[in-house]
Amino acid sequence: MEKLEFTLPACAAPASRGFTQSFALCGVVASGNLEVLVGAGAAASVCEISVTTSARGFAPIWQALLSEFAAQNPAGGTRIAINDMGATPAVVSLRLGQALCEYLGAER
Amino acid sequence: MKLPQLLDSLFPDGHAITVSGQTITGTATTARGAVAVLGTTEGAAISHDIALTLAEGILDTIAQYPGRPLIFLVDTSGQALSRQQELLCLNGSLGHLAQCVDLARRQGHPSISLVTEQAVSGGYLSFGLMADRSYACTDAQVRVMDLKAMARVTKIAYERLAALAADSAIIAPGADNYCRMGAIDAIWEPPLAVSLEAALAEIAASKGMQDRRMAAGLARGGRQLAAGVAAAVLAAS
Amino acid sequence: MNAALPGAFTPAPSFFEATARQRVQQLLDAGSWREFLPPPTLASSPHLAALDMPGAFDDGVIIGAGLLGAKAVLVAAQEGRFMGGAVGEIHGAKIVGLLRRALAEKPAAVLLLVDSGGVRLHEANAGLIAVSEIMRAVLAARAARIAVLALIGGSCGAFGGMAIVCSLCSAVLMSEEGRLGLSGPEVIETVMGFEEFDARDRALVWRVTGGKHRYLMGDSADLVEDSSAAFRQGVLDCLGSQDTAPATLASLRATQKGLRARMTRFSSCRDGSEVWAGLGISAPQDVPLLERDALIGLKKGLPA
Repeated sequence: MEKLEFTLPACAAPASRGFTQSFALCGVVASGNLEVLVGAGAAASVCEISVTTSARGFAPIWQALLSEFAAQNPAGGTRIAINDMGATPAVVSLRLGQALCEYLGAER
Repeated sequence: MKLPQLLDSLFPDGHAITVSGQTITGTATTARGAVAVLGTTEGAAISHDIALTLAEGILDTIAQYPGRPLIFLVDTSGQALSRQQELLCLNGSLGHLAQCVDLARRQGHPSISLVTEQAVSGGYLSFGLMADRSYACTDAQVRVMDLKAMARVTKIAYERLAALAADSAIIAPGADNYCRMGAIDAIWEPPLAVSLEAALAEIAASKGMQDRRMAAGLARGGRQLAAGVAAAVLAAS
Repeated sequence: MNAALPGAFTPAPSFFEATARQRVQQLLDAGSWREFLPPPTLASSPHLAALDMPGAFDDGVIIGAGLLGAKAVLVAAQEGRFMGGAVGEIHGAKIVGLLRRALAEKPAAVLLLVDSGGVRLHEANAGLIAVSEIMRAVLAARAARIAVLALIGGSCGAFGGMAIVCSLCSAVLMSEEGRLGLSGPEVIETVMGFEEFDARDRALVWRVTGGKHRYLMGDSADLVEDSSAAFRQGVLDCLGSQDTAPATLASLRATQKGLRARMTRFSSCRDGSEVWAGLGISAPQDVPLLERDALIGLKKGLPA
């Protein structure tokens, strides 16, 4: 198991926050899958991500994948936590998208 | 200890106990009066028949001897493993037995279980762990699964499980671990009659039917999360 | 902005396929769900971390309050995809806490959406004790005349200690896809051999543990279609008709008599189809193919 922490530059999420839902959770911790929890972060210009993964040695891939996600989505001002059981990069991207969309959607 | 010696050690004032197959039924005399004795021996795998025989013994005691304490002698290797048993919903018969123990409690019958040899999973759940208090004889084995089988099923190296078991009560078999986790109240050394009498006196003096095991597990340091989590659920808004 | 993201998740109609969170959302009145100790309130299981395994934010069960048909209910839903829905220390304590909370809140019912293989081996002792505490807590709730309903329709079914928990509930509701049994077929096959129980024979597994068999035998009070809407209706029907009286000496005597009689009557059976023939069903081989409504009708027409 490996724990990774990232603080990545990201453009700010929409400011109007209703807080009808304080978090969004997508996916399940199961083989080849992961769960992604999105909640409010500390600074609007960054996305903080912590990853707990069963697979060791994939830090560079996480770095690349999460940097791209943060750069291309309005993830600023969020804190994201991930529990991973060996999901492929495609599945990780899918879950990140689902969770962020659900979080922002519920907040508008 | 063989069953006859065990019974003599527990009930030196006399007992009338029948062993039929692997099922124990009968009554005994203690310093605190008559008690009903029910249980299993020789590592019985709890089947429909055994569960229903024990349940019947409990229901008869409730019907005929209001308030009489129930003493469960637990020696079970788990539940019966067969397709025929599952076909007739074995969980239902074990659940029925558990409900009978619970009804006895609500009708004022104190209950004590004593693990004499071994207590495993479903067999222990159905009556031993339903009693007001559970105890174990020295050398009694209590477990879900032994570490070697657990290593096979979880695909975690045995050495790793064994190392973890050295400083955690969570995973490894052992009555002492169940003691630290709050499920077993004490390990009994001979003479057993002294411990039994003290336990009957303690239950008679205690009030309420609350399940005290989480608090005990916390106090003894073996189970540090459960009590706090359950309390947090009660307090959640 | 949504265009840049994959579309919002659309709930699957199947209860079997849905996650625990989806099941709860679909089962309850819209917008009524309030989760207790939602993520990230609790830390993940330290016992799994000690074995170098990632935990889940909710430890595989979500608990909370909501409305079903405008009636207040408390709900626990196990996530079968995480560790087979198995009960660990935190997981079990959440369910126990919920049942204890029911004593004070007096909801119309506590719903247990069971999807579990039983005790989590990685936390074996904590899991076993937790199951025992859940058993005690279910019976305490029932003694306070609170209905506790078990809903079984997930991919893991209800096995091990959680199967005993189900049998303590006021009623069990199953879908045909649901399975209920003490030892899983794989366990029996591993210990007793392939001849005793071929766990790969899925049709046989369902004839022994599946929803239709449990319904025909009376171990499940109702058989519902594999959808959250059907489970919802099943709960509503049950709450309308359910006798919440706790067990008495007379009721347990009657249960005892029934269980003994059935044990004797079907002692030679080793397959659901033999039991169904014994119940008086003239074409037992057709039972697995029957639609839900036809099966309900078939059971109603059986000799008492």
